[in-house]
Amino acid sequence: MTYTFLQHYWCFIVSLLGALLVFLLFVQGANSIIFSLGETAQERRLLINSTGRKWEFTFTTLVTFGGAFFASYPLFYSTSFGGAYWLWMLILFSFVLQAVSYEFQNKLGNFLGATTFQCFLVFNGIVGPLLLGGAVATFFEGSNFIVEKNNLIDIYALTPVISRWANASHGLDALLNPWVLVLGLAVLFLARTLGLLYLRNNVADEAILQRSHKHLMINAGIFVLLFVVYLVHLLTKDGYAWDDSGLIFIEPYKYLHNAIDMWYLTIVLLIGVVLVLWGIASDLFRDCKCGIWFAGIGTVLTVTPLLLLSAWNHTAYYPSTADLQSSLTLENSCSSYFTLNTMFFVSLLVPFVLAYIVYAWRKIDSKKIDQAEIANDSHAY
Amino acid sequence: MTNLLLSIDAGTIDWSRAQFALTAIYHWLFVPLTLGLAVIMGIAETLYYKKRTDFWKKTAQFWQRLFGVNFAMGVATGIILEFEFGTNWSNYSWFVGDIFGAPLAVEGIVAFFMESTFVAVMFFGWKKVSAGFHLTSTWLTGLGATISAWWILVANAWMQYPVGCTFNPDTMRNEMTSFFDVALSPFAIDKFFHTVISSWIIGAVFVIAVSCWYLLQKRHICLAVQSIKIAVVVGLFAALGAGATGHKSGQTIAKVQPMKLAAMEALYEGGNEMGLKIVEGIEIPYGLSLMATNTLDGYVPGIDNLLNGYITADGKVEPSAEEKIQRGKLAIQALADYRKAKAENADEATLDALLATLNRNYEYFGYGYVKDRNDLVPSVPINFWAFRAMVGLGCLFILFFGLVFILIFDIPFISMVFRRLLSAFGLLPETASDQTTPADAIPNWLCWTAVLMVPLAYIASESGWLVAEFGRQPWTIQDMLPTWAAVSDLQSSSVMITFFLFLILFTTMLAVEISILIKQIKKGPEL
Repeated sequence: MTYTFLQHYWCFIVSLLGALLVFLLFVQGANSIIFSLGETAQERRLLINSTGRKWEFTFTTLVTFGGAFFASYPLFYSTSFGGAYWLWMLILFSFVLQAVSYEFQNKLGNFLGATTFQCFLVFNGIVGPLLLGGAVATFFEGSNFIVEKNNLIDIYALTPVISRWANASHGLDALLNPWVLVLGLAVLFLARTLGLLYLRNNVADEAILQRSHKHLMINAGIFVLLFVVYLVHLLTKDGYAWDDSGLIFIEPYKYLHNAIDMWYLTIVLLIGVVLVLWGIASDLFRDCKCGIWFAGIGTVLTVTPLLLLSAWNHTAYYPSTADLQSSLTLENSCSSYFTLNTMFFVSLLVPFVLAYIVYAWRKIDSKKIDQAEIANDSHAY
Repeated sequence: MTNLLLSIDAGTIDWSRAQFALTAIYHWLFVPLTLGLAVIMGIAETLYYKKRTDFWKKTAQFWQRLFGVNFAMGVATGIILEFEFGTNWSNYSWFVGDIFGAPLAVEGIVAFFMESTFVAVMFFGWKKVSAGFHLTSTWLTGLGATISAWWILVANAWMQYPVGCTFNPDTMRNEMTSFFDVALSPFAIDKFFHTVISSWIIGAVFVIAVSCWYLLQKRHICLAVQSIKIAVVVGLFAALGAGATGHKSGQTIAKVQPMKLAAMEALYEGGNEMGLKIVEGIEIPYGLSLMATNTLDGYVPGIDNLLNGYITADGKVEPSAEEKIQRGKLAIQALADYRKAKAENADEATLDALLATLNRNYEYFGYGYVKDRNDLVPSVPINFWAFRAMVGLGCLFILFFGLVFILIFDIPFISMVFRRLLSAFGLLPETASDQTTPADAIPNWLCWTAVLMVPLAYIASESGWLVAEFGRQPWTIQDMLPTWAAVSDLQSSSVMITFFLFLILFTTMLAVEISILIKQIKKGPEL
């Protein structure tokens, strides 16, 4: 295996984990509308117990996504997390709130009350997907940072830190870019759409099913609109390319060129988009309640190539708007050959991991969840 | 070199350290109970699987319910720790990310998914999967948590004892050369066994304390007695194991982190035949030499010896702090010159000469960032007292578990002797001195002692981490990167705000968790 192959392979693994994370954000999406979907305390409890059996998959995928990024592209970890401090801290803060909210909310002794933790879930349900989507948008839109490895050994450097943010807002500046917001909102409404599809598949409650149908139409409509707008913007915007000497430059229509050059990714992306639309339409118009599977697989097939378009084909995947040559590429930010090669063998475990997750998921979801089950389950949230 | 690093706000370093310490300390309040309870509830469920009685099912479910409340907080506090390496220690992430990132990624892929998948089956699968599959899920949940501990401890051990890597001047970072050296370093192995086994102590103390509280309340007697029997076996094994693995850890520290050992002992002037201090003025003759070198007359350097330089037992001259600082500066300057020369397309001979200087002095690279040799000395009071708290309480646990073991299991002759002895001191009613029922085996004072043991177990466990982490200071990676060269370029006010945000959040959630646990315990099992 060549170093270049491993760099691209690990980019694929990280993109796949990112895509799985976007799919699993259905937990957040569903949580963000529990007060609209569940009108009574029992209905809200039913909804929370439904997503509560999946929240750890989302959480674990986020952690693994971070770990894999750290292992394969440590300069990204150092630059983005250390620089866009507030953006990542807000994301993490919302996920911490989520992690305790399920277990604590309906337990005896919870002196904060169930509503407090339900509000935490709504907060995470909105902030998590919105900011994660915004963070993904910076792969295309760029961020305001500077990388200078000599800082660590340069006695005249302004700072000894290799990667630093070029403004004092530490990541919140990304939210001032309207295109970052568009993709962030697209991810939020995708998460809500997936959440609604998941609930329609997982919950046996007529009132919730009726309400979810109406919400599905609105949220899916907004998502499709935002996604199409961003896709058009992406394919018509300038991109960040690099040549064999490592020099980074602006290339007009870079992402369109990537979509054409890597036609196989475009085909996968289109199949993904069709599946997402089919999933939504089949649930909306045919009431099949299985849209989550089409839309879920479609999401993974859409997001994976979308992320790869930002990095493969000599593209700077984390562009710097402060100093073009500081932009991160697969080549200048990755781990050593030895580490990527070693980790390659670890990554072979991923299909095995996915297999037992699917097996366990099917076992747990063998019967739709209803209010009677929650009433008889001593561990229900 | 004197201007180097003046631009980093000292407040940023202190608040970043404080934030990491805060999240690590909170995280470690929940993880050991997870690891310990996983074993005990696994045994309880195994007994259910074998006997298929409702009693064992409800017993397993009861401990699993308490496990669940605690587990959520462990997960919540854990995610912050992983990302803080990037958010607060940006230079660190690049400088050693090639090595350090790998264990974190393996932890995610191998351990976290196992844990999160099967914990859902454990909680919600009682009526949905077979008893065998459920039992497997319960053990896999514990195994996932233990494997997770393995990889994060590998990462931590590497920070204490960096092995299996080499510095690459072109990429300006350390790169892995042997995955197995990293994953199976002696430091990592010692740390894993010591940490995980000592975690079982917390699980055992917790279960015994809850059970003893039921005994005091005269409720759920059968569950209490049976749970004590399981927990005391686990606890006694763990307490003895923690002692043995702790001794091994001490020897490793003596070899690779002598300054940490000197701080733990408040030993300023070392020598041969060193005694181990119980407290200042009272010591076990030859104890420190024996602990550090396995010989009665082994040489143990003190803080002053380490700062001034000394000759090791095998005749090697250990340089003084000043010399190390000087050589570190030579390494940094050689690296700067090498990179400048390379950028200017200098000839091979020049580059080779600069690399030779770098490699000759790289062992002390991190010392080049040190301005004052006193910065090389970790906090002596914290290390000294934390070490004593850990060891002292560890010895107390051995006595406690030993006594409970003897009383709860009716061991022929031995139990009777102990009961009579206790009776003679008025610690057991005379009527119970010869024979007793399991429900009366543990006297009330011992039940209350068991309840008091819970905070002591946490103090011991956190003290162990205080020694491990404060003893490593000022290094993030031993001898390679001090904290002030590893930190992110942030305003101290930003880190201070997030510190207090997490402090308020974690403290509130800890209060909620304790409140829920108390209510759940008061409610008891659904027998």
